[in-house]
Amino acid sequence: MLRPLADLWSTLRRDRADLAFLAVLAVAAILVPVLNQLVPVSSPLHVSTYVLTLLGKYLCYAILALAVDLVWGFGGILSLGHAAFFALGGYAMGMYLMRQIGTRGVYGNPLLPDFMVFLNWTELPWFWLGFDRFPFALVMIGLAPGTLAFVFAWLAFRSRVTGVYLSIITQALTYALMLAFFRNDMGFGGNNGFTDFKDLLGFDLQEDGTRVALIVATILALAMSFCACRLIVSSRAGRVLRAIRDAESRTRFLGYSVESYKLWVFVFSAVMAGVAGALYVPQVGIINPSEFSPINSIEVVIWVAVGGRGTLYGAAVGAILVNYAKTFLTGALPEVWLYALGIMFVLVTLFLPRGLMGLVPAAARAK
Amino acid sequence: MRVAPGTVGGSQRGRWLLALLLALVTPVAGARAQTPEDGFAAALAELREADFPSKEAIIERLSASGHRAVQPVLSAFLEDRLFVRTADARIVIAKSADEALTELELVDPVSLADAGRAMPAELSKIGTNNRLRRVLRTTIAHFSLASTDAAVRLAAVQDMLRSVDATTLELLRERSQVEQDARVQRAIATGLALAELDEMDPERRLAAVAILSDRISADVRNRLAVLIEKTPDGAFAETDERVRKAAETAVRSIDSYQSLYSGIETLFFGLSLGSVLVLVAIGLAITFGVMGVINMAHGELMMLGAYTTYVVQLAMPNHLGASIPVAIPAAFIVAGLAGVLLERTVIRFLYGRPLETLLATFGVSLVLQQLVRSVFSANNRAVATPAWMSGTLVVNDALAITYNRLYIVIFTLAVFGILLVVLRRTRLGLEIRAVAQNRAMARAMGIRSTWVDALTFGLGSGIAGIAGVALSQLTNVGPNLGQAYIIDSFMVVVFGGVGNLWGTLIGGLSLGIVNKLLEPFAGAVLGKIVVLVALILFIQRRPRGLFPQTGRAAEGS
Repeated sequence: MLRPLADLWSTLRRDRADLAFLAVLAVAAILVPVLNQLVPVSSPLHVSTYVLTLLGKYLCYAILALAVDLVWGFGGILSLGHAAFFALGGYAMGMYLMRQIGTRGVYGNPLLPDFMVFLNWTELPWFWLGFDRFPFALVMIGLAPGTLAFVFAWLAFRSRVTGVYLSIITQALTYALMLAFFRNDMGFGGNNGFTDFKDLLGFDLQEDGTRVALIVATILALAMSFCACRLIVSSRAGRVLRAIRDAESRTRFLGYSVESYKLWVFVFSAVMAGVAGALYVPQVGIINPSEFSPINSIEVVIWVAVGGRGTLYGAAVGAILVNYAKTFLTGALPEVWLYALGIMFVLVTLFLPRGLMGLVPAAARAK
Repeated sequence: MRVAPGTVGGSQRGRWLLALLLALVTPVAGARAQTPEDGFAAALAELREADFPSKEAIIERLSASGHRAVQPVLSAFLEDRLFVRTADARIVIAKSADEALTELELVDPVSLADAGRAMPAELSKIGTNNRLRRVLRTTIAHFSLASTDAAVRLAAVQDMLRSVDATTLELLRERSQVEQDARVQRAIATGLALAELDEMDPERRLAAVAILSDRISADVRNRLAVLIEKTPDGAFAETDERVRKAAETAVRSIDSYQSLYSGIETLFFGLSLGSVLVLVAIGLAITFGVMGVINMAHGELMMLGAYTTYVVQLAMPNHLGASIPVAIPAAFIVAGLAGVLLERTVIRFLYGRPLETLLATFGVSLVLQQLVRSVFSANNRAVATPAWMSGTLVVNDALAITYNRLYIVIFTLAVFGILLVVLRRTRLGLEIRAVAQNRAMARAMGIRSTWVDALTFGLGSGIAGIAGVALSQLTNVGPNLGQAYIIDSFMVVVFGGVGNLWGTLIGGLSLGIVNKLLEPFAGAVLGKIVVLVALILFIQRRPRGLFPQTGRAAEGS
């Protein structure tokens, strides 16, 4: 138990930015609850529910971006389908939340969610069984995206589908899932998805207290994912992963089982994305098939590219910054938002191949 | 009092006599009728005041006069376009009966020359009733049956078959004696046989079933199916067993024909969907396949092509038919220039880094989408379909093909052929292939590789623009047009094999056909999902597509 922690500490000590990133998260984890719960509403320092929700959303995106950075920045696997894993985790959480509604739905059916009553279904489909229990839902949050990622990646990596081809079939994967989830008879609420959630583990989702707890949980999840990723990439396996990224064939010729390295890092990354999705749904209050849209997955890649791939913290910072810019610009200058986003991508890829983190002088980061 | 059609078109003198004769026997014939001209005009003039029974008699006289304006006048009468002008009590035909028009264009019923314009309020309609309309329809059909144009005769027969009665049967029998055209003869035979099914004599019913057994229309099938059904009290509707057996065989054979033709139809639908896929993917086959650039803005270049069509139609509202031929080169130029610009400003800095081009071009696609939103608004724009592209080609009763689907197949093959010639037979094509195979060697041979890159990208983009023109005829033209096709087009290129135009063609067509074949069983959405999953699995088996590049070209990528 102590070995990994010691390893982690010695790893983190080497990079000042890592420590700074974790420190910021720690401060946020303390400051946000205080500013929301203890500071009076009239004070300019008060964090409103609206800001709380936004912040929670950004942090979930940051976890997703970390997941993408792990496979893309270190493994060279450009996944254009990571939003699918995110959405699957979200759907697993959504199913739990739907079951929690119980008789409080519009139709008051104790067993069936509203949309099933609406479709004249009489019994719960088999894949909904068990979702009334939180531990089961928790397992499924990891298992659903993890299994999909395992099957998909096992098939793909074993056949040595790489580079652009892999990117395109990941895109096809999320596109196929989107079409599937849009269908009413899939049993996932069709194009309306799940919404109108009431409570999580008995806590009312509309309460600020619950939201603060969720944000703290998200910050913790982000910090833990970050540490886990850092451990992976700085381990021996991480070095092999980077070797695969830089020269896949050569690594294979050196006797490494390239496929299994890629497979496990991909599955881990998918589970991380699933967790991010599960935290996202109760905070945003809705999940629908548009989360599977291929554009979403591309946007995640963009966050990572903007922040700086292969740095981990860069991915998280990129996710938060780009989404903040999106919120700000779509509110203030809706016409300009797509121009700004589009031009930003072009400029970043052209002039900042290492993202915003590339701007930070190397000397400031390394100790 | 029916006149054989052949004699109507006879000599001037014959018609003259006939008209005279008619004028004498017709009870209302108060007017003298020396010439067909006079008789026609006189009968027409009486329409103003006539009641319904006398109108019927007038119709007979009009048709008997053999005047060349009989058919237009009767058609106008049937379609409520025959008016009396209040000012001078003159009978006129309106060119269109559209209620929305504020001014009607008029035609003189005798000379068929233009007769000025009038407001609807200045005209009073010459009314018809149900009985009169039936008389009119039969009379017009009679005239059409005598037409020299076989297509007109066929339409007339089909029109008459809709409501068969004793008179129409009589007409059809007469016509079948003299009819020369095989298709018209066949249609008449169908009609007569359908009527024979009601005969008391089982032998005649049997003969009728025998005639109908090789027809494939749904009407015939339903009529025959009635014969083998049981009435609610358990007895057969058809009493004779031989007739029942024959009808059963006939229905089965019709069903098998219909399923054959519906199979052909599905195949054709698949082919046309596949053509669309090929068309949207073929530009990508150049930029992605030959140059290795993942151009996420490809869909937006198609969108530019579609909007170019819209602008061309705005610029030439009176020549819709010509707008498509004009829009094709225009879209090629607009999208091609956009492509060259994109290559010069962004892509050339990113060669060899395909994943980065993906990001940058995705950014460009966002900018282009917002650009058309700013210029044309976020709403869909209406692009009209020229008349020559709408309509259906009726092959037989069970198979009809819409022209726009047919044209898209032809158009795709044409674009593909031209592109193939450009790449194989021109200097530019040679240089493109040389640079794609070995950039350094091509440069050493004196090829300006940067120039070739820009032109190649422009070519691929221009073809995307042309695809946009085709898409503007098939879907809504809006800012999201491109996004809808981008995944499909990448799939086609990867499925067919990157860098292989033939692969794109075969890949696209087969994907389209498979999609349409799945649709009846799985539904459109599930069919598409099945295809996508199958495609993902296929790429596992053959990571380089149907037709992988081999040899030196493969090493570079």
